[in-house]
Amino acid sequence: MSGVASSAMAAERTERLINLVICLLHTRSFISAERLRETIPGYGDAASDEAFKRMFERDKEDLRDLGIPLETGSLHGWEDEVGYRIARNDYALPDVTLEPDEAAAVGLAARVWSSAALGGPVTRALRKLEAAGVEITPLPEGLQPGVGAVSSGLPAVDEAMRTGRRVRFDYRGASDTETQTRVVEPWGVVWWHGRWYLVGHDVDRQAPRVFRLSRMSTEPRAEGPAGAVTVPEGIDLTALVSESDTAATTVLARVKVRHDRAIGLRRQAVEVVDGGDGWDILSVPYPDSQRLADQVLGYGADAIVLSPAEAREAVVRRLQALIAESA
Amino acid sequence: MSGATDHLPRLLAVVPWLLAHPGTPVSEVAREFDVTEQQLRADLNLLWMCGLPGYGPGDLIDVTWQGDRVTLSNADEIARPLRLTAEEALALVTALRVLSEEPGIVERTAIDRALAKLESAAGGTAATDRVVAAPSSDSDAQVVATAADALARARRLRLRYWVPARDEATERDVDPLRLFTTDGRAYLAGWCYLVDDLRTFRLDRVLEIAVLDVGVDVPDETRRRALDAGLFTPASDDRLVTFSLDPPVRWFADYYPCEEVAERGDGGLIVRLRVRDDAWLRRLALGLAGRGRITEPADLAHDVRDVAITTLSGYQVEQQV
Repeated sequence: MSGVASSAMAAERTERLINLVICLLHTRSFISAERLRETIPGYGDAASDEAFKRMFERDKEDLRDLGIPLETGSLHGWEDEVGYRIARNDYALPDVTLEPDEAAAVGLAARVWSSAALGGPVTRALRKLEAAGVEITPLPEGLQPGVGAVSSGLPAVDEAMRTGRRVRFDYRGASDTETQTRVVEPWGVVWWHGRWYLVGHDVDRQAPRVFRLSRMSTEPRAEGPAGAVTVPEGIDLTALVSESDTAATTVLARVKVRHDRAIGLRRQAVEVVDGGDGWDILSVPYPDSQRLADQVLGYGADAIVLSPAEAREAVVRRLQALIAESA
Repeated sequence: MSGATDHLPRLLAVVPWLLAHPGTPVSEVAREFDVTEQQLRADLNLLWMCGLPGYGPGDLIDVTWQGDRVTLSNADEIARPLRLTAEEALALVTALRVLSEEPGIVERTAIDRALAKLESAAGGTAATDRVVAAPSSDSDAQVVATAADALARARRLRLRYWVPARDEATERDVDPLRLFTTDGRAYLAGWCYLVDDLRTFRLDRVLEIAVLDVGVDVPDETRRRALDAGLFTPASDDRLVTFSLDPPVRWFADYYPCEEVAERGDGGLIVRLRVRDDAWLRRLALGLAGRGRITEPADLAHDVRDVAITTLSGYQVEQQV
């Protein structure tokens, strides 16, 4: 089929669908398929009853896919014959009135997604709000909040959650040596320190697990029957993610740093005392020895861990490893 | 053929939008809906064939052109926009949730009020109650709010800024051009008078910030360059550095803009990235000590080793005390 012919056909079909939508919104009583065939331009072209039936089935499916609330009911006087209409109140976006500062926030939301997977939908949502009378306040062009491009799995997970189905995806955690297929009953999705995480029950491991969306190497795919997933009562999604992140801690390390150096470490310090000879002693909360080592090592000879011994040894061992490797 | 599934929702949105914005130039409508002007004209040409059964002159949608400006009428049945789809509701509501946890960019109460209204309008089409945003504590709300205010009012900023590569605090005046967040961090891009060039600043490294009573004074071309730039803009004369990374530090490839990432075969990675600042690179390599190392260029690897030896001697001195 040539491009021109196919686009002409697409246009005819769109025209037919718009007329169908208008007709079904206009009617109060249910209309039979036969009546629609006689009325709507385009259905008349169907060569046979069979061809019309196929056309009409596909059109109904398209309307439902778009979220148009197509209702079926029995025709007045004919108990056994089915008719159609669109529920007007369920069709239209309810009235939304936004104050200027609220409208500005909504306008900014349209700039949040950098990926097409959600950038397109949010722009379409805004056009609908404008069509409903909301005036989006203009914002400085340079204001660009973003959540990174790593959100493409979000609509698929949302869809699975809405239908109560499991998701399957390939995943490689930060310290995993290879990719593995995971099957998860999704409980929720959390945006945590700039990244998206899926929280759910890992079916193979029989335990709650947290997965970073950007580490999925395949798009999550819904599987299994709808309604099969039940979310446990009273779970705290954010807490599950933060627990999986070992950052929460209250243990303090003592680190000796040169005056005016290691500014990043100083900003985390809960206490700074003068250590004499051009040094300060910082008390810094730290999650674990290796993470403290990662940070302190970067400052080279300007920062020396004094205690705890375990953290100090971690730094020394890694310095020795570096020297041995590059000898 | 999926033509109609894309086409129909656009038309059902264009009609109410045009009813609310009569006499809009067609180029502007096309831009709003992110289609070509040609496509939009084709869309509008469909509409005058559509209307109520009977399809006589009084039944059809009227499309009136005044030069390039278009006005619709007689489309009462589809005058209201279709409610939000699950995907649209999800994208909008989660974007607002994220914004409300990025302190300082917009006033939080405005976002929360907007969210409440939109969630009720969206009417539970998406599983949005199960998509949550947690507070991001990486940036100071006051710093971000001050930068956003200066950007909105086009006023110069004075920053005291920590430069980690040299581990020093610098004072600089900056004309703000772009405020953006990515991966949970807020950044400010602008014309820096200290170096007389465009620079990007991480707002969590701003030690002090003040709005000056001086207007932003930047040529349009420079402004354009700032707005079009990505997060990092490596120059081709930057040094290309190769790291060999052990499995525990694979995260490195997620965090730094690597030009090449290859599997090492044992769960580790070989990555190459361009680096302008040797001091920054040394700090990076030291932070990876024992888990990742520079394999090329050799002189940098030796530099890092020298610093490690000096540092280790610091620990040995300390031991004797």
